[in-house]
Parts: sequence; structure tokens; C-alpha cells
Amino acid sequence: MSIRNSAFSAAMIALIVLLAFVPLVTNGYQLSLAINIMSYMVLATAWTLFSGPTRYVSLATVAFFGIGAYTVAVLGEELSWPLVLAIAFSIGFALSLIVGLSTLRLSGVYFVIFTFGLAELVRQLVTWYEVNVTRTLGRYIFIDVTHAQIYWQLLALAVIVFISGWLIQRSKLGLALRVIGDDEAVARHVGINTTLAKVVLFAFSASFMTLAGAIMAPRWTYIDPAIAFNPVVSFQVLIMALLGGVHRLYGPVFGVIPLVILFEVLLAKFPNHFSIMVGIAFLLIVYAIPRGIVGLVEGMQFSLHKAKGAKA
Amino acid sequence: MLTEPLLSGITLGGIYALIAMGLTLQYGVARIMNLSYGESLVAACFAALWLFTAVSVNPLIGLLVIVPLAALINWLIYQVLLMPLVRRAPSRDALEVDSILATFGLLFVAQGLMFAIFGGNYFSYNFLSIPVQIFGATISASRLLALAFAVIIGLALYIGLTRTRAGTAIRAVAVDPVSALLVAIDVRATTAFAYALGGALVAAGGVLVSMFLTFNASLGVVFTMKALIVVIMGGVGNLLGCLVAGMILGLTETFVATYVDPGLTLAATYIIFILVLLLRPQGLFGARRS
Repeated sequence: MSIRNSAFSAAMIALIVLLAFVPLVTNGYQLSLAINIMSYMVLATAWTLFSGPTRYVSLATVAFFGIGAYTVAVLGEELSWPLVLAIAFSIGFALSLIVGLSTLRLSGVYFVIFTFGLAELVRQLVTWYEVNVTRTLGRYIFIDVTHAQIYWQLLALAVIVFISGWLIQRSKLGLALRVIGDDEAVARHVGINTTLAKVVLFAFSASFMTLAGAIMAPRWTYIDPAIAFNPVVSFQVLIMALLGGVHRLYGPVFGVIPLVILFEVLLAKFPNHFSIMVGIAFLLIVYAIPRGIVGLVEGMQFSLHKAKGAKA
Repeated sequence: MLTEPLLSGITLGGIYALIAMGLTLQYGVARIMNLSYGESLVAACFAALWLFTAVSVNPLIGLLVIVPLAALINWLIYQVLLMPLVRRAPSRDALEVDSILATFGLLFVAQGLMFAIFGGNYFSYNFLSIPVQIFGATISASRLLALAFAVIIGLALYIGLTRTRAGTAIRAVAVDPVSALLVAIDVRATTAFAYALGGALVAAGGVLVSMFLTFNASLGVVFTMKALIVVIMGGVGNLLGCLVAGMILGLTETFVATYVDPGLTLAATYIIFILVLLLRPQGLFGARRS
């Protein structure tokens, strides 16, 4: 078992090192695609971190992502970069605590509704603030950072998200969350503080999304509320996670890579019908593969295993 | 001075109540948490606009075309798209999650279609925008007419649900679909009917709203949000709750828009929502769920 574990760790480290070399061997277009993949990888995995085990569908991904981007737009040129990231993380954490504490002690549907409108609320508030207080709608982001550096930061963040997810799964919190996902009433009866467990996990998941937004912000050079809080992002993250499979932390990986490429092609070929296409793709996934690619493969393995067992 | 925002708040509140009644039917009876609900409303706005400008049909006559059409479309959506989910869902919670996902996808398809046809611009048309004086306040005739129609439709729905056999069947399914089956109610047909009725109500709301509000293709999300908040504030499945909660929301929004800032109405909506969640999550008229 321990040999298998160390072999697995070695393979993972090798994979990370290999991924770190991507900016050195790719051209501009490929690198930008790699950044997109890595960014959605962080978002979809962070989404799965919370929504996978608890089965609470969060529709607010872009609210946090956009807040991260805006933090950079406002503070990016004034403070040092690590400090900006720390502030973005804290804002995401604080907002997710508010959302979590007001909804997560109730049934899941309140949470869904709250997150459904959250991005629109934050967008309107930022717009209101910019129009009335700063009197400009839209900001320029001039931060000296190369695309390779953005990629490396996202890679580091992705590694952190995976490691946290892995640690959480092995902890008491992870066990608590799995019980909650199976049956929340049972979880309460065995003495799990379900609200606390859910709120803590949601806060971490949301803060990672905020960080991803902050790291991605310099890529835009110009942002306004409509760009930063584009609801299609929440939607895409949800699709990618579902296609991959949300009952495993690594599931979204299998959704992110094909869908980022597919969306890239769709956006180039059908810019005016993009949202229709994405919507149809999503419906197909919900109906045809509700447990995602990972669930599909596991199901096939299971039936294969059963067939073997029957023969023997 | 105070009567003007009061009057427009009441008209807005009446429309919100009507819209929320449709959602409470879809969610309370059919157990479908419909996130594309606002898109039906916006689609009805566009339909009314098209009828008025292209074929010069007055929106009140337009109701006669748009509402039955919306009912039919929603019935089809339920039978074709949602029925498979209802069949495969092992529990009510599982259906809720599945329906959230499916209607979320539907939202983007519907929004994308409207964007492709009408673009992202704001639209409005001039119908009966004659100033009328009531209690010393000025209000446009179209707003008053919209309120009157909302009241008539809401009342008709209330009477229909409480005084007819079909209405009683709908209420029975809302309370307990399994027991409803035992007293020979065709649950599947009743749920589909309730879902279609919900779609018809939101379409009626859309036509009425289009007479006095400017709208664009991406407005749906905000209306869905407001309808959801009204439904929760009133208590799921409670028509009287919809009325009271709709009024509270309409009045708050109008007063915030008049005295604070029009850009903060959604924030006000959210503050109400948080208060409801903290103080009375089962709704003003809802019984505490065991």
C-alpha cells in the first residue's frame, strides 16, 4: 500500500513538473489556451470541493471570480502582489461566510436561490459604486506580469486546491461532509454540526475562486462589471464539473479539458449563438451522463467486475 | 408626495404577486425549481412588443394569444424535458437538484435565442401612456390597467383553485402527491397542468409588465430572483402569501428607487431576502416544515 502511495505521489510530482514546463514549449495561442484550461481547472475543482460532497449546487462562481478580478483592478497598482492576493482571498472568504451563514443552516434550495442572484447583485452594486462614487465605469489593469507567470500562479493554485481537497477528504470534516451528502438528517443525529461543516467548506471553495479571478485579472487589461461578472462563467464551470463527475475531486479535470477546447471553437464559429450551444451541451450532459465521465467509467468497471465475478 | 411612489409600488407589487403565483404553482405543485422562469416572462414581453409594433395588436388582446401559447409551451416543456427527470429521481430532493440543473440550462438556451433575435438593446413601446390623476398623484394609465388585470387574473386563479374540482386536485397534489393518487387524482396530468398554468401566469405577467417597463433579453434572471424571493417570503404554495410578499417587495423597491437610488433596488430585494432567511425561512404564512 505504501509503495503504491509513494509511486502515486511521485507520478503526481512528475506531472506537476511536466505541467510547469508548458509555457516554455508553447506558442502564444497555445499558452493562452493552457491558461484558460488551468483557470477553469481551479474554478471547477474548487466548485466540486464544496458542491460535490454536499450536493448543494452553487451558481455564484462568477460572483467570487469577479470580486477577485475587481480587487486587483482597484488595488493592483498600489499594493504588492502577495498583499493584493491576500486581500482578495479575505474578501472572498468574508462574502462566502455571509452567504453561508444566512443560507446553509436551511435546506439546500435557499442556498441555490441565494447564489443564483448573487453575481447579479454584486455586479449591480459594483456598477452603482463606480457610477456614483468613482464616476467611471470600467478600469484599466496595468500590471507587469507575463502570461507564463499567470500560468504558473494558476498551476500553483490548482495544486493547492487539490492538496486541500485531499486533506479535507481524509479529515473529520471530509467524513462529516460525506455523511451530509448522503443524508443530512442522519448527519445531524450523529452529532455533526452540519452548518459549520458546510459553511467552512463553502468559504474555502469560494476563496479559491476569488484567488483565481485575481490571478486572471491582469490578462484583461480592461474590465468593467459586465466583463468581470459574466454569468456564462458560472454556467461553464458547472457544466465542466458535471461532465467530469462531481463525486470525485479529480472528476472535473475530465470535463474541463474537452469543454474549454469545445467552447473555444464554438465561440469562434458561432459568437452570436454561443449561449444557446452551451445551454444545449449542458442539457445533454444533465440528461445523458448525470454522473459525469468518471461516473460512467466507474459504472463500466463495476459491471465488468461483476461479469468477471459471475464467470468465476 | 407620498402617494405617487405608493401607487407605483402597489402596481409593481401586484404584478410581482401575479408572477410569483405562477412560480409557486410550478414549485409547490410540480416540485420543479424553475430557474428559467424569468425568461418566460421576458419572452412574453417580446411577444407583446412584436404583436403591438408589427401587427398592431393591442397587448390586452395579445394576452388572449400569448397566454394560451405560453401554457402550451410550458406543458410541452414539462412533458418532454422534465418528465424524464421526474421519472428517474429517487426522491423529491434529487428532483429538485435535477430540475435546477435542467432549467438552468434552459435559461441559457432561452436567453441566447432572444439575444440572437432581438439583440441586447432595451425595448419599450407606447401603449396608453396617458397620465391619470388619482388622489393627487399622477400615474400612467397603462400601469393602472396592468394592476387591474393582475387583480382580475389573480382573483380568477384563487377562485379556480379553491372552488373547482381541478383546483382542489391541484391543491391535493401540492400537499401530498402519494395520497392524491389514492383518491383517484391523475397526479401526472395534474402536475403537468399546474406547471402549464404557472407558465401561463408568468406570460400574463410579462405582457402586463411590457406595457410600462423597458426590458431587454437579459432581464429574466432578475425577475426569476424576485419571484423566488416573493414565493419564499410568502411561504411556498401560498397564494395569499404571494400577494402580501409581492406588495412588500414592490413597495420597498419603489421607495428605495424614489428616495435612495434606483441602482440599489436589487440590493434592497436581497436585504429583504436575508431578513426572511434569518427571521422566518418558512415564509410569512408558511407552516414550519418538520
